[in-house]
Amino acid sequence: MNKVMSNKLVIALYVLPALLLVGVLIFIPLILSGYYGLMEWDGIGTMKFIGLENYSNAIKDLKFWDSAWHSLLLAIFSTLSLVIYLAVSLILASKIKGADLLRKIYLIPMLLSSVAIAQLWIKVFNPTNGMLNNILMAIGVDSPPAWLAEPKFVLFAIFVPILWQYAGFYILIYYAALKNIPESLVEAAKIDGASALQIAYKIKIPLIMGVIKVTIVLAIVGSLKYFDLIYVMTGGGPNGASEVMASYMYKLAFASNDFGYGSAIGFLLLIITLIVTVIIRKLTATKEELQY
Amino acid sequence: MGRIGYVFLYLCLGVIAIFQIFPIVWLFLFSLKDNSEIFSGSPFALPTEFRWENYQKVWEGGIGVYFFNSVWITGLAIILTVLLASMATFAITRMNWKFNKFVLGLFMVGLMIPIHSALIPLFNMFLNVNLIDNPLSIVITYTAYNLPITMMILLGFYYTLPREIEEAAIIDGCSINRLFFRIILPMTAPVMSTTVIINMIYNWNEFVFVNTFISSDEYKTLTVGIQNFIGQYMTDWGAIGATLIISIVPILLAFIFFSNKVVEGISSSAVKG
Repeated sequence: MNKVMSNKLVIALYVLPALLLVGVLIFIPLILSGYYGLMEWDGIGTMKFIGLENYSNAIKDLKFWDSAWHSLLLAIFSTLSLVIYLAVSLILASKIKGADLLRKIYLIPMLLSSVAIAQLWIKVFNPTNGMLNNILMAIGVDSPPAWLAEPKFVLFAIFVPILWQYAGFYILIYYAALKNIPESLVEAAKIDGASALQIAYKIKIPLIMGVIKVTIVLAIVGSLKYFDLIYVMTGGGPNGASEVMASYMYKLAFASNDFGYGSAIGFLLLIITLIVTVIIRKLTATKEELQY
Repeated sequence: MGRIGYVFLYLCLGVIAIFQIFPIVWLFLFSLKDNSEIFSGSPFALPTEFRWENYQKVWEGGIGVYFFNSVWITGLAIILTVLLASMATFAITRMNWKFNKFVLGLFMVGLMIPIHSALIPLFNMFLNVNLIDNPLSIVITYTAYNLPITMMILLGFYYTLPREIEEAAIIDGCSINRLFFRIILPMTAPVMSTTVIINMIYNWNEFVFVNTFISSDEYKTLTVGIQNFIGQYMTDWGAIGATLIISIVPILLAFIFFSNKVVEGISSSAVKG
């Protein structure tokens, strides 16, 4: 038994194909990204080593900081929207008939590609024929704005489809966690005269704190990586008003052929993501998770 | 809580449900209209005449090719991913060797990385081995990037398989390959189907790899194809609507038939985000 189950050749045959793919297509490129960041390189010609110049340029690059700021704003929006998702989940998990069907309906946008979502919402936000402005004009708003063309509105406008897309996902996670709370705990609190709000605050939310922390990490890290939707909806425009880190990197490399600088930005994105993940994990870590 | 309280709660939940599906319903409605009807009529109105020819027009105009590319690339990547992930998970969780925990850790680190950081080097690697504008680059990239999440979903199931089955099979003289392919793999069918669904959603909807690695129309998948296509039909809303509906129907059908699997897969993929 033991001999068969520790056959080195079999283990290698079973693990290596997957490990090679992940190593070659994920880990090596990540390391190379940092290395290319040290180069001046147009993507075709030969690379020229220029040390940390790209990285020091990035630190002085206002466009980079703008894009990082926009990524951070999206992260803040996404974290705040968790409160709404949590509130909906609390209602949904409180003996609502049809809760299962409702949470599945909420999930539908999550299944669509970001490209389809972006194209659909471009139409919704269309200044003259879009659903949103049609409704606004019908209720008497005189000249509603061209949402995606206004630097001051564009990030908020982009956030609506993000809110729409991820609602079902987070509600699903919270709902599952809330359904895991033993009924006896809630019943006991009710007998003691606790109101629905008190039960939510004092019992349910503390009990699913572990899950809430995971979703905070997901929302923030997910926002830092945001790309597809913005790339399709606005291309980072107007005039950089919706540029995020990933779209800025993409533009540098594949539109301006500045592969060295683009790699440096890509590597910074990796470092920032890892640092943020570690920081949030540390901040939200508790000595012991609540037991029930 | 009183009756009015409940009515209010249901109302809230109902409004959210409408917010979640109405844009898609609106999309479907305008995919069956022509421009004059879209621009003059109410966004909520049913089409006066169902213009299915919008669908025929875009399908023959090139969407059909993108659709089949999406189907075979998605399908091939799913088979590769689920097979390789199952083999690796089997060796890591069921076989005895020194570094299994470390190797598992390596795979799980793959869950955290932002793909955009790897994009430029990947592009350069494929350029050097002549795989740019070759769908093979997409298939292996999808496989590599979905292996960690697939293994994570499989892990729990593999850990709970009873040892007795392996013992009995090996005492009976069963080879390890036979044990895995004939006994273990079929036992994991329920969790495998969850990973298939999750991989299907990821691959079908993936955009940036295809957008970066593929330039010929004949190899593009739907997500990238519709991007170009919509540029062409900039002002023909009916055609754009039909294109988008075609691109989302397969996933919606999968959801209607396997909604519990989708829910299960999405909740267990929570770490990927």
